[in-house]
Amino acid sequence: MLTGRAFKFGDDISTDHIIPGKYAYLRSNLPELAKHVMEDADTTFAARVKDGDFIVGGNNFGLGSSREHAPLVIKMAGVKAILAKSVARIFFRNAINLGLPVLICNTDAINDGDTLEIDLKAGVIVNKNSGQKLTFGKIPAVMLKILDEGGLLPYIERHGDFKI
Amino acid sequence: MGKTLGEKILSAKSGADARAGDIVVAQVDLAFVQDTTGPLTVRQFQAAGFKKLAKNIKVAVFLDHGAPSQSRELSNDHVFLRRFARQTGAYLSEVGDGVCHQIVAESFAKPGDLIVGSDSHTVTAGGLGTFACGMGSSDVAMAFGLGKTWFRVPESFKIELSGKFPKAVNAKDLILYLIGQIGADGATYKSLEFAGAGVKNVPVSQRLTISNMAVEAGAKVGLFPADDLTEQYLMERGRSGDFKPLAADPDAVYESTIKINLSKLEPMVAKPHTVDNTATARELAGTKIQQVFIGTCTNGRLEDLEIVAEILKGKKRHPDTRLVIAPASREILLTATRLGYIQTILQAGGLILPPGCGACLGLHQGVIGDGEACLSTANRNFKGRMGSPEGLVYLANPYTAAVTAITGEITDPREYR
Repeated sequence: MLTGRAFKFGDDISTDHIIPGKYAYLRSNLPELAKHVMEDADTTFAARVKDGDFIVGGNNFGLGSSREHAPLVIKMAGVKAILAKSVARIFFRNAINLGLPVLICNTDAINDGDTLEIDLKAGVIVNKNSGQKLTFGKIPAVMLKILDEGGLLPYIERHGDFKI
Repeated sequence: MGKTLGEKILSAKSGADARAGDIVVAQVDLAFVQDTTGPLTVRQFQAAGFKKLAKNIKVAVFLDHGAPSQSRELSNDHVFLRRFARQTGAYLSEVGDGVCHQIVAESFAKPGDLIVGSDSHTVTAGGLGTFACGMGSSDVAMAFGLGKTWFRVPESFKIELSGKFPKAVNAKDLILYLIGQIGADGATYKSLEFAGAGVKNVPVSQRLTISNMAVEAGAKVGLFPADDLTEQYLMERGRSGDFKPLAADPDAVYESTIKINLSKLEPMVAKPHTVDNTATARELAGTKIQQVFIGTCTNGRLEDLEIVAEILKGKKRHPDTRLVIAPASREILLTATRLGYIQTILQAGGLILPPGCGACLGLHQGVIGDGEACLSTANRNFKGRMGSPEGLVYLANPYTAAVTAITGEITDPREYR
């Protein structure tokens, strides 16, 4: 069971909002890069986010670049799951590869600052502020396997190949 | 039941009867990285315990995003990537050689091949009938080591083209129009497959533009059939042997069909801050522009520079509008120099950057200031994309870009004399 606060964002949060291309030169210095997480969407996010929190987006979260650094800096900030109405393909695959769950659900009724309780196994999100219960779409089986093993690297280290 | 282009290629590469919705593990012909995603890829490759590249795969490293490097940090990344290429035998494309996707098209991509690249615009090579797909560093790292990766076989949208582009309208307008219609997530997880009688009226250089921006509709790939024009493109580069004809089966099953008459299109512009926020150039006429940027894997090809040079001949840029041009590769810069395009651009007050990506992603060389508007021939206009979250990026075709550089405001190129 995961419990944390929701940081609410709108539609079309791109990889440039999450970690702008202008910081590409910091990608081999991850602690420094991570200071700029979500900077172009909310300049106060990096200072406020705490271990265990959630990012809640709208449609097409993570569109744009293939930079795996986008889900990586979100994970480094302590965020335990991303909730969105829909998610861009490469970002989705990257997040799962890093062991960061992306949950597809109707996020309209979640407000910034709400406390959420997420049961990944049961597929249920409870909004502790409103009492509302949400269910999220099934993660495709192959991705769930990778996620369950902590990401693509642990998966390949364990199996030595794609066993799907 | 017939197969789409995507199903055909993934079947051939996986040995399975790949149908939309299936999960397959497929052999990869080429896996590549660029300088801002490469270091993480190499570290993931090493962390997984790989020492050597898989035997059956070609691997390439492109130093193009910081070309030349704008900082000590990025220079150190370049040092790291050059060492990796030397140690593993990966192909190294040096600073100044050009943008990865352009070089992949010129020198590597073949119809029917499967390519993965740690850059979202890897889809560009779909213009040659290559199943080319952008992925993150971890996925590409595992492809380096295993020579394969997994795919969900995408459902396809058939984009049926008819007619011919009118004056001052080209591939950029087609793809902006399409994204405007279906939205920036309209084709998420899908394959866009271009077909119809109009395909033969779209030269390969422009097919690459269309496939390049398939990802801006969320698509996994944007695929063209491989036909006579593809063969000619490869032949001109001494690669006749790389050609094989490729087309979807007549009875292939598509999720939906979208018909577009090229003759009816107008010069389009994507307004800040999403690519699907489209309007016609005519509707935006008069919008002041401080910088025009022409280049990138989208519209930095020879044919684009030819359009620009023709419009700029004997003209000057507007005094309040900078004109920044980055040819997409060394081959293009060389030919554009030989043909006089570069001289024309310089005489018109433009400046020429080395082949590379820097300005497009706001890394360096063409970063805009707060409140400034840039009209760009690139593929993205997200908030902060060109370096300032307070800046505005408009996307357009090279005709509109060149004319706008002269007038200083967005101008419909059909109206310009």
